[in-house]
Amino acid sequence: MPGEDAGRAMEPLLRVENLKVEFHTERGTVAAVNDVSYDIYDGEIVGLVGESGSGKTVSQLAVMQLVRTPPGLITGGRVLFEGADLLQYPSKSREMRSVRGRKIAMVFQEPMTSLNPALTVGLQLREMLELHLGMNREASRERSVELLQMVGIPDAEKRVKDYPHQFSGGMRQRVMVAMAISCNPKIVIADEATTALDATTQLQLLELMRDLVKRLGVSLVLVTHNLGVVARYAHRVYVMYAGRIVEHGTVAQVLSCPRHPYTRGLIQCVPRPGLGDRPLISIDGMPPDLIELGSACTFLPRCPYREPTCEQEVLPKLEVVEPGHEVACHLVSKGSDPCR
Amino acid sequence: MPATSVTSEKAVTNVSKRRTGEFRRIVRVLLSRKLVVFGLVIIFLLLVAVIFAPVLTPYDPYKTSLRETLQQPSWSHLLGTDNLGRDLLTRLLYGARISLLIGLVVVVAAAAVGTLLGAIAGYYERWLGSLIMRVMDAVMSIPMILLALIIAALLGGGMANVMIALAVALTPAYARLMHGQVLTVKQNDYILAERAIGSRSIHIMLRHLLPNCLPQILVVMAMMLGGAILAEAGLSFLGIGITPPTPAWGSMVNEGMQYLETNPLMCFAPGIAVMLVVFAFNMVGDGLRDALDPRLRGTI
Repeated sequence: MPGEDAGRAMEPLLRVENLKVEFHTERGTVAAVNDVSYDIYDGEIVGLVGESGSGKTVSQLAVMQLVRTPPGLITGGRVLFEGADLLQYPSKSREMRSVRGRKIAMVFQEPMTSLNPALTVGLQLREMLELHLGMNREASRERSVELLQMVGIPDAEKRVKDYPHQFSGGMRQRVMVAMAISCNPKIVIADEATTALDATTQLQLLELMRDLVKRLGVSLVLVTHNLGVVARYAHRVYVMYAGRIVEHGTVAQVLSCPRHPYTRGLIQCVPRPGLGDRPLISIDGMPPDLIELGSACTFLPRCPYREPTCEQEVLPKLEVVEPGHEVACHLVSKGSDPCR
Repeated sequence: MPATSVTSEKAVTNVSKRRTGEFRRIVRVLLSRKLVVFGLVIIFLLLVAVIFAPVLTPYDPYKTSLRETLQQPSWSHLLGTDNLGRDLLTRLLYGARISLLIGLVVVVAAAAVGTLLGAIAGYYERWLGSLIMRVMDAVMSIPMILLALIIAALLGGGMANVMIALAVALTPAYARLMHGQVLTVKQNDYILAERAIGSRSIHIMLRHLLPNCLPQILVVMAMMLGGAILAEAGLSFLGIGITPPTPAWGSMVNEGMQYLETNPLMCFAPGIAVMLVVFAFNMVGDGLRDALDPRLRGTI
């Protein structure tokens, strides 16, 4: 794992502290992201795992201040990036706009809808280069062809003039990756970037992204619900549940020795061919309703290891179980570790 | 795998065909419908009349000749003459100019203002958007003819005021259309993606929202052209639009009414002209809508 120990000693590139995002709906206030803190170091690949509705995407959008307000509202926390708290800037400010795309770029989930169908892909690439790097038409045209070549689109000179509907899903996502890296950002956030693709395309795209971030020295945030992807590509992983981070550590720590019952459940429900007839164990129940979160552990109703004492205690906090590995579980902090 | 290579080759040729073929496809769809072709022919004839009116007829639309009043159709006067001895065909040709001019100016003005207001209302959803749309609803709730009557009463008759009246009356339709379009298009991921690369709102609106709403706006413009021409004819017929002696189809019908029994063509000729032109624009508008509808893409 490159840069792991070195990374720990360095300042993080991006530090998110106690981020809170709420959505105000007719039914009540949804606490979508609750006290989420995480670090991204230079040049590393970080996985952010959790099931649908666990706040993965919203937390990433909040970092970029792209949560739609209303109904969403960032109610607290800090996003420290290059010596400044991004949340201090108004969403539409020049400072914020010069971070988006230029310093932190995003690749979204749906390749079919993430590109404007009315404009050629070349134009959409050039738009970004002209906006952030002040390139002229000629330079941006050349650069956009180069970028398409970099992401492995054959016949790039011709393809820049094509419209998004003339590309397949995988190719469009490559275009999105080209856009993301076009201004040499510090961080690329891939928000379920490969989820909508078939398995082989997914693999190709992930390999491509890994190569590119390594070559360009970019940090990559892989937002996914696929633990296999995390195991293969990420250095460190954060596991989210019900808007909170419940466990984080290096991929080796978390995946080979998951300490939180939820992480354990996630790993058990990944099919692994070649390991005999191991039954797939699913996690019982449903994710909690984020409107009526009690003060107890949010995973309690679904937890197979729960103990009577868990119900009396307030929400567990993240605690260090070994260097670089933190878990938020009463049982772990009491030493009666269920996963050991 | 041979199967995949075959399909990918097919895809490649499809792509290159599609690239050159978008405009041609639209033309092909339009020409494949008889009614649309009929409409296009009428519009073509209308354009010929508008452009070449002075060449097509030796007469002056204003010059009266009291010795030749209310003549029946003859070789020298193909449609006969009116009560003041003016050649009816000549007045019809010049009337086409008025109709088309008013129709175009009204539709373009209403589309420009309405599209802008609708785009702003859709983009800034909160109080500004609500305010604009409520005002538009209020304007829309007044019947068009009544609104035009009020404006004509306030400003007086005349061509400019007719245009203003009709443009005001038609603006809310565009505003609502655009508003709805923007609200839908805004939900698309590419708008979020565009914000995520740090674009400005105005840029997103002009570069990304507008082009995606334009086909619908164009279709409505084509369809409304007929409506605007009809409305102008209606106003002129009622005597609050273009007033005689200017040859407007609506006022010509009005004048002709008194001579229905002596020279019915005075009334019917401009009436049929209005009908044909409105029909033509509606057909072409319909055809355009079908041709530009992405859901029908590739079916024809």
